[in-house]
Amino acid sequence: MTTIDLVRVSKAYPGSKTPAVSDISFQVKEGEVLALLGPSGSGKTTLLRLIAGLEKPDAGTLFLEEREMCRPGHFVPPENRAIGMVFQDYALFPHLTVAKNVSFGLMRLSKSAQDKKVKEILSIVELSTFRDRYPHELSGGQQQRVALARALAPDPIVVLLDEPFSNLDPDMRNQMRADVSEILQKTGRTAVLVTHDHEEAFAMADKIVLLNEGRLEQQGTPEAVYHTPVNPFVADFVGQADFISGVVEQDRIETVIGALQNNSKFPSGTEVSVMIRPDDIDLVPNPAGTATVWGRQFRGSENLYTLRLSSGEIVHSSQHSLDVYPNQVKVDIRLKLTHTVVFEKMALNRPSS
Amino acid sequence: MTIATEEYRKPALPIARFTFDRWSLAVALIAALVLVPLGIVFSSLFQADDAVWQHLADTVLLEVLRNTVWLSLGVVLGTGLIGVSLAWLVAANDFPGRKLFDWALMLPMAIPTYVTAFVAIGLLDYSGPIQSIFRAWFGGGFWFPPIRSRGGVILVFTLTLYPYVYLLARNAFLTQGRRALEAAQTLGHNRTRGFFKVALPMAKPWVAGGLALVLMETLADFGAVAIFNYDTFTTLIYKSWFGFFSLSTASQLASILVLVVLAFLVLEQSLTFRSRYTRVDRGGIQGDRVALSPVKKWLSFAYALTILSISFLIPVVQLLLWSAQAIGRDLGSRYFDFLSHSLFLGGMAALMTVACTLVLVYAERLHHSQPIRMCVRIATLGYALPGSVLAVGIFIPLAWFDNWVADYFNNTTFLQGSLMVVLVAYLIRFLAVAHQPIESAIKRMSPNLDESARSLGCSGLGLLKRVYLPIMRGGLMSGLVLVFVDVMKEMPITLMTRPFGWDTLAIRIFEMTSEGEWVRAALPAMVLVLAGLIPVYLLMRDPEKRF
Repeated sequence: MTTIDLVRVSKAYPGSKTPAVSDISFQVKEGEVLALLGPSGSGKTTLLRLIAGLEKPDAGTLFLEEREMCRPGHFVPPENRAIGMVFQDYALFPHLTVAKNVSFGLMRLSKSAQDKKVKEILSIVELSTFRDRYPHELSGGQQQRVALARALAPDPIVVLLDEPFSNLDPDMRNQMRADVSEILQKTGRTAVLVTHDHEEAFAMADKIVLLNEGRLEQQGTPEAVYHTPVNPFVADFVGQADFISGVVEQDRIETVIGALQNNSKFPSGTEVSVMIRPDDIDLVPNPAGTATVWGRQFRGSENLYTLRLSSGEIVHSSQHSLDVYPNQVKVDIRLKLTHTVVFEKMALNRPSS
Repeated sequence: MTIATEEYRKPALPIARFTFDRWSLAVALIAALVLVPLGIVFSSLFQADDAVWQHLADTVLLEVLRNTVWLSLGVVLGTGLIGVSLAWLVAANDFPGRKLFDWALMLPMAIPTYVTAFVAIGLLDYSGPIQSIFRAWFGGGFWFPPIRSRGGVILVFTLTLYPYVYLLARNAFLTQGRRALEAAQTLGHNRTRGFFKVALPMAKPWVAGGLALVLMETLADFGAVAIFNYDTFTTLIYKSWFGFFSLSTASQLASILVLVVLAFLVLEQSLTFRSRYTRVDRGGIQGDRVALSPVKKWLSFAYALTILSISFLIPVVQLLLWSAQAIGRDLGSRYFDFLSHSLFLGGMAALMTVACTLVLVYAERLHHSQPIRMCVRIATLGYALPGSVLAVGIFIPLAWFDNWVADYFNNTTFLQGSLMVVLVAYLIRFLAVAHQPIESAIKRMSPNLDESARSLGCSGLGLLKRVYLPIMRGGLMSGLVLVFVDVMKEMPITLMTRPFGWDTLAIRIFEMTSEGEWVRAALPAMVLVLAGLIPVYLLMRDPEKRF
């Protein structure tokens, strides 16, 4: 079943010239985790609030479990949508205990049913011993889990998470990502997650909707978005990407680092840009090599090398953490590409110094 | 008492070991100024003037207790309902005139309670214009609720004091953030339920703080209850002293009143102790106001306009009309004496109070030690002491000291009947009023400023003069203005401890109203209202500043 069906939704805030989101359509199936990914100001939080009913769309419509939520003269307010929302700052009620926060949306259940539900949910998020604490007595990660528990308790048709990990420190963030993924899986819940962090989206989502300046750039699985981005913006946003120039020669593309397979529709003779990811390139030291080591970033599990090609273009290559080459060393480049991503010719990238 | 809406972070200086120097000495002396009258008042509990005390206990004491309890309950309930409902209307809803009401609803703060009291009686009493008109239209048998009643007193207090609750509740609603309400909505609660289950409980500490202020003003009031002949502790203290000439009975009554005030303060503290919540988020509910349905919109408008009219517009118009009647007869040299006395006392008290406050906040910043902090807390406690209590607590030791000196110097007393007594009492009562803006001004200054000034060889008084005063000018000015206006409106201290012939505008109002001369009380009242508008203006400009 389709849990969320967004149809050509647009929304502009009063006083703002450009729309916050324009003409967005996508679907979320039952049990699926969808990530709305994009830089700040891309409209992802607006979309989430539109789904929640906290904002009204200017155009387009929205179905939750095939019920229409908004058309002219008819708008289902958030309290009647059966959604659960986890806010960026959690928005826990400071005057209520953990248990009372969690049971806040359970007012239609009997007292004993409420207690049972609270107990069950708190044990899922592993906070059973904290039921009588107040929010300010909890750590950031615990507050986060209470917020999730509160959203899950009324058995919503979808859980909406607005940048849920942005207030946590990095160690905690990884832990919580894993925990939340596990909880969502355990409860089989449909979820929509807003994030600006592609790693978070990759780690948690079954499907990604990538937004930029209020427009939908691409939607698909994390793998599809990473390996076959539809434009340079997406390519760059979901990971390190370099672009080198090339010329199409029938089924090949000639570049400074060799000939690549052409699976684009550009005609022969077209000047194009080819996307290179750091994991597409291996390097072998060779005094007669055409590329030069320009810099190295040690990242623990890997070394990320900056390489300057004979054309002056810059590419990156990730190497084993123990393979250390000093700057200015000449190297040969080996390509590991299985699929070439080609865009229209862009301005050449050159080192600034 | 004052309440900070936001906790200021202590400057990141280490807590120093306590060292005794001239600053700590000064702070200790100021704290002692507050403790002495308190001690004097309490010590009287054990030395009863039996005859007078017995007489009071037999006749009016029970009545006074009952009056006080009913008045307190009624006013707390009334100001709570009106203050919170108006605050919610203005903070979370949109209706015609909302922007205007937003600040206009604070205006009643400019009118002293005793002024509203005599205007209400003048207007609504049997001989007043309203009842006269009704009689002219409907004949004599028309029943009218009597204004000189417990209900009338409660109404007058409610109308003048609700802005305290309104102001604090409004700030709470505006700052508590829309996320909490949205969270309630996503959990299936509509906005009305959201108000009762989320917004109101979260605003509880602020509402309680506003009600505590209201309660203290109510218990401290002398002028309004005197006009209504509604006996409370303050009027009974005055009567014991100036009617029965029993200072010790006055002092005993004062000690009971202080106990009542302290009991309420402890209650408020314990009620809100666990619930000093941190904010949920920074975004307020501004911009998310609900556009009400046409019926509700105009009902809201009518409600806000009604409260504003009966609490401010009608009294002011009536005062203006009466002033116009009286101005030809009363605007003579005596009138300018009242005015100049009021201005002089207000100015002197403001300067003294701000100077002492500066010592307090500077010493606290220099030292960061527990004893100094305690002393500052004590020194700013005076606002909780009703003026009539202070008058008694200050007069007794000074008179005693005076008589002791007089035994040595040809029987000339120099403190009794001098301005010293009045000014010291003002100082104690209004230290807290000046302390709030001046303290927040000093807390906004980075501790690095002190250190850089010191590293450039500037410290002590030089540091105060060259760095602190220029930066804190705004806070100091607010402190001066607030104390100045509060002293001008002050009645019981002035009435009981002023030197002979030092009548002020407030005293003039007391004398005229005790003879039922409402018209002739209007002109001085109008001046006080105009002065009272200044602090309201300061509040409107920056609502976070005072409370």
